[in-house]
Amino acid sequence: MANKSNALVDQSMNADVHARSKETIRPSATFLKAVSAVVWKDLQAEFRSRELFSAMLVFSLLIILIFNFALELDVKTRQSVTAGVLWATFAFAGTLGLNRSMAIEKDRGCLDGLLLAPVDRSAIYFGKVISNLAFMLIVEIIVLPVYSVLYNTNLFQPGLLLVILLGSIGYVAVGTLLSAMSVQTRTRDILLPILLFPVVIPVLLAAVKASSGFLTGSELADVLLPINLLIAYDIIFIAVAFMVFDSVVEE
Amino acid sequence: MQAKPLALTILDIVSVIALGVSAYLALVFAPTELVMGDVQRVFYFHIGTAWTALLGFILAAVFSVIFLITRDLKWDRLQVAAIEVSLVFFFITIVLGSIWARPAWNTWWTWDPRLTTAAVTELIYVAYFMLRQGIDDPDRRARFGAVYALVGGISAPITFFAIRLFRTIHPVVIGGANAEAQGGFNMTADMRVAFFFALFAFTVIFVDLFWNRIRLGDLQNQVEQLKLTVTM
Repeated sequence: MANKSNALVDQSMNADVHARSKETIRPSATFLKAVSAVVWKDLQAEFRSRELFSAMLVFSLLIILIFNFALELDVKTRQSVTAGVLWATFAFAGTLGLNRSMAIEKDRGCLDGLLLAPVDRSAIYFGKVISNLAFMLIVEIIVLPVYSVLYNTNLFQPGLLLVILLGSIGYVAVGTLLSAMSVQTRTRDILLPILLFPVVIPVLLAAVKASSGFLTGSELADVLLPINLLIAYDIIFIAVAFMVFDSVVEE
Repeated sequence: MQAKPLALTILDIVSVIALGVSAYLALVFAPTELVMGDVQRVFYFHIGTAWTALLGFILAAVFSVIFLITRDLKWDRLQVAAIEVSLVFFFITIVLGSIWARPAWNTWWTWDPRLTTAAVTELIYVAYFMLRQGIDDPDRRARFGAVYALVGGISAPITFFAIRLFRTIHPVVIGGANAEAQGGFNMTADMRVAFFFALFAFTVIFVDLFWNRIRLGDLQNQVEQLKLTVTM
């Protein structure tokens, strides 16, 4: 009883003192608000300029074109390499997007502005992850039908879409953390893929295996193992990035 | 400048002797393996360097965690020392393994889980040094290095597990099923002596190099401090 009334008194005092008392009482609400503010800012800026999205999309289409010549994608080869071609495309296009999305923040001191905001810094990380993930998924959603049409393969299978979602989450979770580091170095233009690729190999491996499993119609039990691995990787690296992001952005 | 500690000098000498004895045991004392012949002798050093390199990488991941909590630059110097020595040892492991694989598997390289993980791990720690090179501020360099060593240290075992989904041909030498067909073998007593002495010798050499590298890091740090005081 006493506790409860104390809490009530505290609450009313807060309401008097701070205009934004509701937010200070429920930290989870401010956190979500901060995350969505970062996401909204990124999406809006991208919606107006469309420079990141168009670069990623055109780049992905070019990679698919290059694979066409590099691998002679005839009907027989297509069956075995489609998953690999798709994930190589997403991985390369992904670094382009990740690099750009952090470089924008660094260029005009926007990151410092974000860091000054009185919110938990992991909110900035999650905001960035969600917006990067959004860009990547939009590009993937356009690449899939284009690939389906060009190579006469049906890629719209719910299982494959799930794999693409899980793989992209893991890729972006690590990529956002590492791009926050790479843009603060002297060699910022070239460093991200070098840092990122050796670390995301488990994602690419499991994603390629699960994707080709769905495309060739293997048993569910065979695809379940790589999917579980993707989920485990996603959880582990989101947790790690959440814990260490503070030390990446502090000044 | 502090003089080199006596214990370190002694350890230097001990590691040279240990390397010599271990080379004698591996090349002369141990009996020739029946099926593979003399090339099997590479195995003693292969395991010796591999074990110490992995030890160094694990230590480095532990140092990252400690550094991120304490923010004491001492742990950063320990981490760099561990990774640098391990990177070289692991490279030697890969080269020795290749030399063995050529007659045993009839190929220099194969994309088996251990070999692939070894290559990826090597690339992770090369990237680690490239990251550090691009940063001038020592504090930030230490923070980024610790974060990357931690991420890499978690990712490498997952890579290994992920590739395990495929079939392996790397021999599980001690107590592995189907080992004979993959180039595994049972060790005789003399082989065991050479094997365990190689493990011991490379551990001593690792500790010695690690210690020397830490000392070098400390001296580098002192030089940097002195430069700052001179220019100010």
